[in-house]
Amino acid sequence: MERFERLTSVAVPIAQPNVDTDQIIPSRYLQKPRGVDFGPLLFRDLRFRADGSETDFILNRPPYRDARIVIAERNFGCGSSREQAVWALFDYGIRAVIAPSFGDIFRGNSLKNGLLPVVLPETAVMQLIDGAQAGPGATLTIDLASQVVVAPDGVRHAFDIDPFPKRCLLEGLDELAYTLTLHDRIAEFERQYTG
Amino acid sequence: MTPRTLFEKIWSRHRIFEREDGQALLYVDLHLLQDGSAPAFAMLRARGLPVHAPQRTFGTPDHYIPTGTRDLASIADPEKRAMADALAADTRSAGITFFGLSDPRQGIVHIVGPEQGLSQPGMLIVCGDSHTSTHGALGALAFGIGTTEVAHVLATQTIWQRKPRTLRIAVEGALGRGVSAKDVILAIIANIGAAGATGHVIEYAGSAIRAMSMEGRLTICNMSIEAGARAGMISPDDTTYEYLAGRPHAPRGEAWDASLQRWRALRSDPGATFDRELVLNAHDIAPMVTWGTSPEDALPIDGRVPDPALARDAEQRESMTRALDYMALTPGTPLADIAVDRVFIGSCTNSRVEDLRAAAAIAAGRKVAPGVEAWVVPGSGLVKAQAEREGLDRIFAAAGFQWRHAGCSMCLGTNGDQVPPGQRCASTSNRNFVGRQGPGARTHLMSPAMAAAAAVTGRFTDVRTLLPQ
Repeated sequence: MERFERLTSVAVPIAQPNVDTDQIIPSRYLQKPRGVDFGPLLFRDLRFRADGSETDFILNRPPYRDARIVIAERNFGCGSSREQAVWALFDYGIRAVIAPSFGDIFRGNSLKNGLLPVVLPETAVMQLIDGAQAGPGATLTIDLASQVVVAPDGVRHAFDIDPFPKRCLLEGLDELAYTLTLHDRIAEFERQYTG
Repeated sequence: MTPRTLFEKIWSRHRIFEREDGQALLYVDLHLLQDGSAPAFAMLRARGLPVHAPQRTFGTPDHYIPTGTRDLASIADPEKRAMADALAADTRSAGITFFGLSDPRQGIVHIVGPEQGLSQPGMLIVCGDSHTSTHGALGALAFGIGTTEVAHVLATQTIWQRKPRTLRIAVEGALGRGVSAKDVILAIIANIGAAGATGHVIEYAGSAIRAMSMEGRLTICNMSIEAGARAGMISPDDTTYEYLAGRPHAPRGEAWDASLQRWRALRSDPGATFDRELVLNAHDIAPMVTWGTSPEDALPIDGRVPDPALARDAEQRESMTRALDYMALTPGTPLADIAVDRVFIGSCTNSRVEDLRAAAAIAAGRKVAPGVEAWVVPGSGLVKAQAEREGLDRIFAAAGFQWRHAGCSMCLGTNGDQVPPGQRCASTSNRNFVGRQGPGARTHLMSPAMAAAAAVTGRFTDVRTLLPQ
């Protein structure tokens, strides 16, 4: 997994609640193997018309097209468990999403793929969205080690993250490799488990 | 001893250990696979890891398979065909039980698990699909996971989780005539919102839930994810045990008696505390229809399309305006005046035989309205066979519905069963998201009886007006 330590980037505001994973990547692309670049499929039906031409969706507009941070309203990534939603964001270049809340499965998938989900209070998120809309091109900084988002105006927003996924992101560690080291404990549980 | 919830009992029984940071490693009793699992098996192969517990793993294809035929070769897109083929090959090489298209037990994985008696009270069940919450209806802790987690479970039969909070939703009283489990869960989601249960496991309780069949309970738990919940569950009772008894994978003989004793101890103890509680009056719930692009946008059928001008704030106004624009609806229009192009009766939410009976009762002796295309897609080969024994297929055919093979079909259209752009569909599925049933498709969620009523009248119709007196 790619490491996440500190990121400074333009942030793209997606000022909508309940952005579901069907919006992030439509289901007609889910059969593609992980080897392909999912970036062009991100928000496919919002970014492109049926004939392939670009819409004026915010991610198509400079300077937001180069954003590596998304700021969204509540319940971002709700709906389907499709991990391809995270792959599409990651392959596009997004490394962090800031929102007041996330779909639980999306949040878990993000942490396992080097994409940092940052939960901030709704008022703070709305300020960041307003700021990103009013001053395009201004950059946010996210520092994972100190668990802080620094807004363009210098206001600092602290956020929570569980210590283990934090360590995995900081060091690029893989959860499965860690669990495999616990093989004996799992085997012991299985010996005693009665179903 | 401190009274404990059903959730707490299952959680503690499956906890291998808990780290200081609050993350617990949990043991998985049952891992269900569908035909989206190919990338997870690829992750396993890339690491040279075997499947840890194939005997606790079951697979059946549902997302990519055709519902007009049982021939996989008919899947035109080679990548989609490869997904269906991969599940057959991956399960075979790992020694995992597999119900393929030639097997009458094939179906939507969330229909098949309970139907086969694989899903049982007290189990921890996962599947790489968000509607895994369905299986909680049997008194299990069941939740959807992503591809990386599917690979983790295949390799270790365990999963890391932070303990969720608990929410008890009691529905008290008797449901009115023509009001079904689907209306109850739509009313709940409309009440608490699409993020209303984020970070929580919901336990549904109360006399209306206790009086519900297992089919209805499965519908309720299925849509827990649409309220943001990690899982939904219902304490097992005699309805659960009667449903399970004699199913192929349910315990038998002495093992049944021993299981029953253990299951009876699972239910939430009197006085057990939940982080949140909510009580709804069953009598207040009417047949529901969604008008927007989130399952929380649900209203009673006698309602009207809401007016963004009356929204509580600018954010809600924008969001409503966007939804109404996509749905091509005018504020103030009575829901009962909205005409439909398509009707889809199916999906893991509403494709069990009881759902088909409810729809057939409305379709019987009536005709699908001119210009409307109506489909019935049973949840499994066994549901299809049962419905055919009861003559439901003939009722649907006589009314002008298409009677198809089992699969996810038009709920999300991954197999090509899509609603054409701009068309409006009355659907018994679970998500009315933008483009969910196909690019530009307009989805309205409702119960099977309400969908059948829309099919025969050509517009959303209060099913209570079509019920026999």
